[in-house]
Amino acid sequence: MTQLALVIDLNTCVGCHACVTSCKEWNTSGDAGPMVDRNPYGAEPTGTFFNRVQTFEVGEFPDTQTIHFPKSCLHCEDPPCVPVCPTGASYKRPEDGIVLVDYDKCIGCEYCSWACPYGAREIDEQQKVMKKCTLCVDRLYDESLPEAERKPVCVLSCPTSARIYGDIHDPESDASRAINAAGGYQLMPEWGTQPANHYLPRRKVSIAVHEEDLQRVDNPLRKEDRGQRAPTTRTTLDDSTSW
Amino acid sequence: MKPAFSVIFLTTLIGAGQGLFLAYYSAEWLVMLNMLQPAGSDYTTLAASISFLLLVAGLLASFFHLGHPERAWRAAAMWRTSWLSREVIALPAAMATVFAYAVIRYFGLDLQVLTLGRIPVSLSTLVGFMAMLAIIALFVCTAMIYASLKFLRQWHSPLTVLNFFLMGMASGFTLATVLAVATSAGPFGYFSAMAVFLTLAALMSRLFSLSRNLNLRSPSTLQSAIGVHHPTIRQMAQGAMGGSFNTRAFMHTYGAGVVRLGRRFFLISGFVLPLLLLFFSEADSLLVCAAALLLQFLGLLAERWYFFIEAEHPQNVYYQMIS
Amino acid sequence: MAAKPALKREVKSTTCYMCACRCGINVTVEDGEVRFIQGNPEHPINKGVLCAKGASGIMKQYSPARLSKPLRRKAGAERGTSEFEEISWEEAFTTISERLQQIRDTDPRKFAFYTGRDQMQALTGLFAKQFGTPNYAAHGGFCSVNMAAGMIYTIGGSFWEFGGPDLERSRLFIMFGTAEDHHSNPMKIELAKFKRNGGKFIAVNPVRSGYAAIADEWVPIKPGTDGALLLAIIHEMIALGLYDRDFLLHYTNSPDLVNADADSDDFGLFLRSDKEIKESCIDPDNKMWWDRHRDTAVQAHAEGADARLMGEFETEQGCKVKPAFQLLKERVEQYTPEWAEGITGISAQTIRRLAHEMGITARDETIELPIPWTDAWGREHESITGNPVSFHAMRGLAAHSNGFQTVRALGILMTILGTIDRPGGFRHKAPFPRPIPPCAKPPRSPDAVQPGAPLEGMPLGFPASPEDLFVDDEGGPVRLDKGFSWEYPLSVHGLMHNAITNAWRGDPYPIDTLLLFMSNMAWNSSMNTSGVRDMLVDKNDDGEYKIPFLVVCDAFHSETIAFADIVLPDTSYLERHDAMSMLDRPISDFEGPIDSVRVPVVPPLGDCRPFQDVLVELATRLKLPRFLNPDGTRKFKDYKDLVINYETEPGSGIGFLAGWRGKGGEKFMRGEPNPNQWEMYAKNNCVYEHKLPRSYQYMRNWNRGYLHWAQDHGLIRYTDPVNLHLYSEVLQRFRLAAEGKSAGRQPPDYLRERVRTHFDPLPFYSEPLETQAIDKDMYPLNAITQRPMAMYHSWDSQNAWLRQIHAHNYLFVSPLVGAQQGFGDGDWIWVESAHGRVRCMCRFSEAVEPGTVWTWNAIGKASGAWGLEAGANESKKGFLLNHLISEEIPAAAGEHRYSNSDPITGQAAWYDLRVRVYKADAHEPQETSPQFATQARVPGMEPARGKWQAFVRGLSK
Ligand SMILES: Nc1nc2c(c(=O)[nH]1)N[C@H]1C(S)=C(S)[C@@H](COP(=O)(O)OP(=O)(O)OC[C@H]3O[C@@H](n4cnc5c(=O)[nH]c(N)nc54)[C@H](O)[C@@H]3O)O[C@H]1N2
Ligand SMILES: Nc1nc2c(c(=O)[nH]1)N[C@H]1C(S)=C(S)[C@@H](COP(=O)(O)OP(=O)(O)OC[C@H]3O[C@@H](n4cnc5c(=O)[nH]c(N)nc54)[C@H](O)[C@@H]3O)O[C@H]1N2
Ligand code: SF4
Ligand code: SF4
Ligand code: SF4
Ligand code: SF4
Ligand code: SF4
Ligand SMILES: [Mo]
Repeated sequence: MTQLALVIDLNTCVGCHACVTSCKEWNTSGDAGPMVDRNPYGAEPTGTFFNRVQTFEVGEFPDTQTIHFPKSCLHCEDPPCVPVCPTGASYKRPEDGIVLVDYDKCIGCEYCSWACPYGAREIDEQQKVMKKCTLCVDRLYDESLPEAERKPVCVLSCPTSARIYGDIHDPESDASRAINAAGGYQLMPEWGTQPANHYLPRRKVSIAVHEEDLQRVDNPLRKEDRGQRAPTTRTTLDDSTSW
Repeated sequence: MKPAFSVIFLTTLIGAGQGLFLAYYSAEWLVMLNMLQPAGSDYTTLAASISFLLLVAGLLASFFHLGHPERAWRAAAMWRTSWLSREVIALPAAMATVFAYAVIRYFGLDLQVLTLGRIPVSLSTLVGFMAMLAIIALFVCTAMIYASLKFLRQWHSPLTVLNFFLMGMASGFTLATVLAVATSAGPFGYFSAMAVFLTLAALMSRLFSLSRNLNLRSPSTLQSAIGVHHPTIRQMAQGAMGGSFNTRAFMHTYGAGVVRLGRRFFLISGFVLPLLLLFFSEADSLLVCAAALLLQFLGLLAERWYFFIEAEHPQNVYYQMIS
Repeated sequence: MAAKPALKREVKSTTCYMCACRCGINVTVEDGEVRFIQGNPEHPINKGVLCAKGASGIMKQYSPARLSKPLRRKAGAERGTSEFEEISWEEAFTTISERLQQIRDTDPRKFAFYTGRDQMQALTGLFAKQFGTPNYAAHGGFCSVNMAAGMIYTIGGSFWEFGGPDLERSRLFIMFGTAEDHHSNPMKIELAKFKRNGGKFIAVNPVRSGYAAIADEWVPIKPGTDGALLLAIIHEMIALGLYDRDFLLHYTNSPDLVNADADSDDFGLFLRSDKEIKESCIDPDNKMWWDRHRDTAVQAHAEGADARLMGEFETEQGCKVKPAFQLLKERVEQYTPEWAEGITGISAQTIRRLAHEMGITARDETIELPIPWTDAWGREHESITGNPVSFHAMRGLAAHSNGFQTVRALGILMTILGTIDRPGGFRHKAPFPRPIPPCAKPPRSPDAVQPGAPLEGMPLGFPASPEDLFVDDEGGPVRLDKGFSWEYPLSVHGLMHNAITNAWRGDPYPIDTLLLFMSNMAWNSSMNTSGVRDMLVDKNDDGEYKIPFLVVCDAFHSETIAFADIVLPDTSYLERHDAMSMLDRPISDFEGPIDSVRVPVVPPLGDCRPFQDVLVELATRLKLPRFLNPDGTRKFKDYKDLVINYETEPGSGIGFLAGWRGKGGEKFMRGEPNPNQWEMYAKNNCVYEHKLPRSYQYMRNWNRGYLHWAQDHGLIRYTDPVNLHLYSEVLQRFRLAAEGKSAGRQPPDYLRERVRTHFDPLPFYSEPLETQAIDKDMYPLNAITQRPMAMYHSWDSQNAWLRQIHAHNYLFVSPLVGAQQGFGDGDWIWVESAHGRVRCMCRFSEAVEPGTVWTWNAIGKASGAWGLEAGANESKKGFLLNHLISEEIPAAAGEHRYSNSDPITGQAAWYDLRVRVYKADAHEPQETSPQFATQARVPGMEPARGKWQAFVRGLSK
C-alpha cells in the first residue's frame, strides 16, 4: 500500500516561508481554492493557509537553538479526523493514503478539526467548508505537467530541500531513506495517529582538534627561522660520556 | 476549547426534551405497574409535544453551527464511524417517535397491541418505548461526540456520557415538575423527588468530573508537539500574527476570573439552588418550581459553556505566541 | 471538484523582483491574468526554488497599493499632505524637463538623483553622467559599501554578486552578520547541501535567527566588535603558523618589502625596483622581496626567489624594510584572544578553538583538482589546490563605522588561510576579480561639472590616492553627499543617507530638484526618519521649500510619495523590460559570466510606465548627447531599444547585455548590436550564461588564461595579476597625505587626525564612532535590525499574504534585560537613544546576546501608507527603529557634523546604535510611538478593498 507524505528536515529548514506562500498561491486558484483572506489590508489580517512555519527557541542563552518548524496536515495513517466526519466529506484515499476533504459534501460542522490534535485543518471562513493540505493531489497525477513537477508545490519551492516528498511505505523512496538515515520521527506519537509526515531532527557537526595538529614539522614558521642556533655553553652528556 | 454557543443550546435543549419525555413515559410505566397513582386528566400529549418542541429547537440551534445547513442531510452518511452522524440519525428518530407518541395520544388511537404477562400494552406505550430507546441512544450519541475525542482528555471519559444523561434527565424532571404543577396533572411528587435525586446525582457526577479534570495533564507537550526533547522550549512565532482559525476556534479568551465565576455559577444555579428549591418547597408552588427550572436551565447552559472552557485541545500547544 | 472551463494558459519566463536576488520564474498566465508563479528549474540562480516573497508575487501585482497615474501636488496644497491631482505623462515630462533643462544650463549640481533598491545603475548612472551632475548615487552607501569596498580593496572582489563561498567543496563555513542577504535562494540551496555533506557551519551573530538558526555553532558576538574577533583569530593563526605560506608568498603582497623607516617620506610605502613596468592601471609588479637564500632584496616574483615573510632587513641603500606580513604580525601581537574576549564577549578559549578549526581544516583537508593552469608569471601548475574553509559576511560587519577595517580583517583572514578563488574557499564571479582598486575613478575637480555638458569621469569610482578625490582646491566636497571628499574618501557608492540633510541645510550647497527612484527615503531608508520628514516640508523664509522640487518614481503608495511634487507611477516587475546588465551587477556565478533580463508577462496597470522608458524620454528631451544621433535626432525609441543598441563607446561592441550579440546573435560579451537580442533572451529563460573552461575558473587573480580571456572579452583593461592587498598601500597614501608627508593633495587641517587614524594600511580595532561619542553607561545596549526572510524592506506590507506573516514587530530582548528593568514579556516599553525614543512591545528571547536588542527591519509603517487601513497592525503595533538612528554623529553645537558613517567609505552605521529601554507607563496608549497623521490614498489607486479577499485566477473580478 502506498502512503504518500512529506518529510521535513529541521536540520536545514531556515524558516523562509516559501512553502507557506507557494502553497497558498498554487491552491487558491486550484481545485482547493479559493483560500480567503480577512482584513487583507486592515487590522489583524488573517486567512486560510494549509501550511505554516512556526519558530521555537530551545534552551537558554548561550545554548539556544532556534528551530523553524513547518506544519501542514500530516496525512495520518490512522487519521482521527476521518471517522468522525458525519458526511464522509473527509476521507483517506486508499490508493495513496492522502487525506482529503470533499468540499461538495462538507457541511462545515468543524468536527473533524476538533478531532485533529495537530491543528492542521482550517475552516474557510467565507466558503464555510473545511480545508487542509491536499498534498497537492491535483499536481501529483497531472500528466500535463513535466514529470519533475508532479510534486507538491511546497516541495518544489523549498530552497533548502527541507521538504522531501515520497511514499513512506516504499523503503526505496527518498522519504523512507531520509527517515531511516536521519532518525525521522512523528509528531505527538502519544495519540497513535501515526502521522505519515515525518520530521528529521537537528544534527550537529563538530570538529575535533588534536594537540599534535597544532605543532607539525611542516609548520611554516620554521621557514622564517634566521641563522644558526647559538651553541650552548652548558655541559652535556655528550661532553662527558664515552664508550 | 472555545464555547460553541449553538452546540451549547443544542445539547441543553434536547437534553431537557429527552429528560422530559422520559419523565412522563416512566410515570406511565409506573402507573401501569401500579406503583404510582394515575393522575387526573391526560397530560402526556402536552408533555410529549413540549418534548418534541425542545428537540426541534435543539435541532434548529444546531443548524447555526453548520457552514452549510442545506447539506445537513448528508450528515447521516457515516453512522458506522461517526458519533455525530449517529446523533444525526438518533435525533430525528427521537423526534419522530416522540411526535408519533404525541399524535397517538392526541387522537386517542391508543389500542391495545399486546400484553406483557398480565399487563396490557397499548400502541402508545409501544411507540413510547421506541422513543425511549431513541432518546437513550441520542443521549449516548450526543455525549459520545465529545467523549470519543480521545485527546480532549477532559471529555474523553464515561463521565461525559453520564453527565449528559444525568443533566438532561434532571432538567427534564424539573421541567416535568413544573408542568405537573402548572397543569395540576401528573405525579408531582414523583417528578419532584426524581428531579431532586437526579439533580443531586448530576451534581455528584459533575463534581467528580471536575475533580478528575483538575488533575488531568495532556500528554501533549511542546516537546512531543515538535519532537524536541529539551526541558525549555518556547514558541516565538506561530506563522501568523493576525490570528488564524487555530487561534480562534480552539481557545477561549475568558480570563481566569470569568472562568471561576462561570464554574461557581453553574454549580449553584444549575444544581444547588434547584435542589434547595425543589427539596424544601414542599408546597407545589408554580413560582418556586418555575424558578428552579429557570435557574437550572441557565445553570446548565453555563455548565455546557464551562464544559468547553475546560477542554484543553492539544493543538493549542502550537499556538502560544506571536512575534 | 467541478471541472473548470478551459482557459487560455501560457507559461512565460522572466525574472523575479520581489527582491534583489533575481531568481528565474515561470509565470503561468491564464486569460491574461497571473495564475501561478513558480521557480524556473532551468535558471542558474534558483534552480526552480522560490522564496516566500517570490511566491507571493501575485499579491504584489494585484495590490491595491499600486499607483497608476502620474500625479502633481495640487496647487496650494502643503507638501506631505498627499493632496494630488492626476496629470498626463506629457504634462509630467514637460514640467520635469523644463525644470531640468534650466538646471543643466546653469548649474547641473542642483539636480540630485538618488536611487534605492533598484538594479539599473547602468542606466541611471548614464543618465546622471550625461546630465552632468555629480550628485548621483544608488543605495550602496547606506547598504553595504563597507563590504564591497573592504573586500575589493583587499582581494579584488567581494561577496554576493561579486563572489562567494564555494560551499560545494567547503568543509568549514563561517558566516558573519548575515540574516538573509541578496543571494537569498542560492545561499539557502548551497547551505542545505553543505550541511547534508557534513560540513560544519558556524554563525557569528549577536542573534540566532535565519541562517544562523541552522548553524552547528552559534558565536553570539557583541555588535561592532567583529574586528577584534577577527584580529585575535589572525593573531592566533600567525602565532601557531596556521597560515598558507605558499599562497601568501606567491599571490599576495605579504612578502613585499615595505619601507620601515619612520622618518622617510616613503614610510609605509613599498620598496620599488627599477623593473620596467608596462602602462598599467594601479598596482605594478615592481616590488621587492627579501630572498631567504641570498639574504638580500630581490625583484618580487623573480625566478627562483624564496621570500621571507617575516623579519626586519636593511637594503644596500641603508633603508630599513620589512615584509608586509611582518607588519601584520607586529600589528596583531597586541590582539590576543584574551584581549578580544573582553571586547567581543566571546571566551578566549572559543576564539582559539575557532582559529584552530579554521587553520587545521584549511591545512589538512586540502583539495586538489586535476586541472592544469598557467599563472601570470608563466609558471605551469599541474593542478588547482584549495583549502576548504569559506566565509560569508554582510551588513553585520558592514553597517558599522569601523566596518571597513573589519571587512579588511576578514579579507586578510581569508587570504592567510589561502582560500581566495580556490575550490572550497572564496570564489569570484565575473566581472570580478578586478584590479585593486578597480580602474574607474571619480572626477578629480569641480571643473568636471560644467553647465550644459556631461560630467567628466564617472559619478562613482574607486580612488587609489588622494589625487583621485573629488574635491575643490580647499579640499572641500564637490558632491552634495560629500562623497569622495576627505570626510569619506573611499565612498565608492556615495552617501545617499546624507543627501536630504545636506540639501536641507545647504551644506555644501542647496539644490533645486531631487529625483528619488525606488527609494523610500521618508521612511525606512533614512536615518532620523522623523527629522527627514520634517526637512522635506521645511521652508525658507521666502516660503519656498528648502528642497524646492521633489520627483518620486515609485510603484506603490509608499511613505515617500506623500512628499512628492510629482509622482511617476512605475510598472511592476511583471510588466516591464529590465536588464541585469554586465555594466551593472550581473548574476554571474563561479563558473562564468551570466546576465539576465525581465520581459513583460502582463500589460501595465493603468498609465504606469517603466521608469527606464521615462528616463530615456527625459534624456532625449534634455538632448543628453549619448541619447542622440550625431545629427541631433532621437537615438533610442525606448529602454528596450537602448539596451539593444547602446554601446559603451561607439563601436566598442560592449553593451548592456552580453548574450547573443552580433548581427545574428552569434557573439557574446563583445559584438555589434543584435536587433533580436531580447527575443533570444526570452527564448532562453531570460538568461545568458557563459561557462568558462575549467582551467579559467579558479585562481583568476593570477590565471594568465583567464586574464587574457577577460581582457579579450572586455571585462578588464589589463592582464596584470591581481595580488592580494594584505597590506594596503592605498590607505597608506592617504595617511601620508594626512601626516603632511606627501606632496600633492592634503586634507584640511581639521580632518588630518581623522584621516591619519582611520587610513591605517593594516586593519586595527576601534570602537564605533557613535559609541565613542555618547555616554555608554547611559545607553548600555546595542540595538540592531535584521531582515525577515518573508519581507523585503518596506515593500511587502501591501502584500496580503506576506503581511499576515509579519504584521507588526516587537523588540526582542534578553529576559535578563526585562528582569533588570522590571518589565515582562510582551510589555510596552520605550527604547531610547541619544537621538530620540520609540515605544513598542517587547518579546523575550534566548537567542540574542544579552547586551543586544533587535527587531525586524521596516515592518512598522506610517498610518495609511501602503494602501493599508489606518488601524493596520503595521502602524499601530509596528515600529521603525530608524527614528532612533541619527544620520550624523552626535556633536556639540557649532562642531563639525560628520555623517554617522564609516570615516573611510561613508557606509551608514545603522548598527552602531546604542539605546536604553524602560517600561512604558500603564496609562500610556497601547500603540507604538511616534505616530503620524494618516496618509491619504491618492488618485489612481484602487478604492480600498473590503473585509474579504479571495484570489482565484479568473474569479477575482
Ligand atoms: N534601521 C534600518 N534601516 C535600514 C536598513 C537596516 O538594516 N536597518 N537597511 C538599509 C538598506 S541596506 C537598504 S538597501 C535600504 C532599503 O531601503 P529603500 O531603498 O528605501 O528600499 P525599499 O523600502 O525596499 O523600497 C523603496 C521603494 O521602492 C518601491 N518599489 C518597489 N518596487 C518598485 C518598482 O518596481 N518600481 C519603482 N519605481 N519602485 C518600486 C517601493 O514601493 C518603495 O517605496 O534600507 C536601509 N534602511
Ligand atoms: N527577505 C529579504 N531579503 C533581503 C532584504 C530584505 O529586506 N528582505 N534586503 C536586501 C538588502 S538591500 C540587503 S543590503 C541585504 C542585507 O543582508 P544582511 O546583511 O543579511 O541583512 P541584515 O538584516 O542587515 O543582517 C544583518 C545581520 O547581522 C547581524 N549583526 C548586526 N550587527 C552585527 C555585528 O556587529 N556583528 C555580527 N557578526 N553580526 C551583526 C544581525 O543580527 C543580522 O543577522 O539583504 C537583502 N535581502
Ligand atoms: S494531521 Fe490532522 S487533519 Fe491531517 S490526517 Fe492527521 S488528524 Fe487528520
Ligand atoms: S467540517 Fe466538513 S469535513 Fe469536517 S467533519 Fe464536518 S463535514 Fe466532515
Ligand atoms: S503539499 Fe501542497 S497543499 Fe500540502 S502544504 Fe504542500 S503545497 Fe500546501
Ligand atoms: S520552504 Fe523549506 S526552508 Fe523554507 S520554511 Fe518551508 S521547509 Fe523551511
Ligand atoms: S529570493 Fe525570492 S524574492 Fe528574491 S528574486 Fe528570488 S524568488 Fe524573488
Ligand atoms: Mo541594502
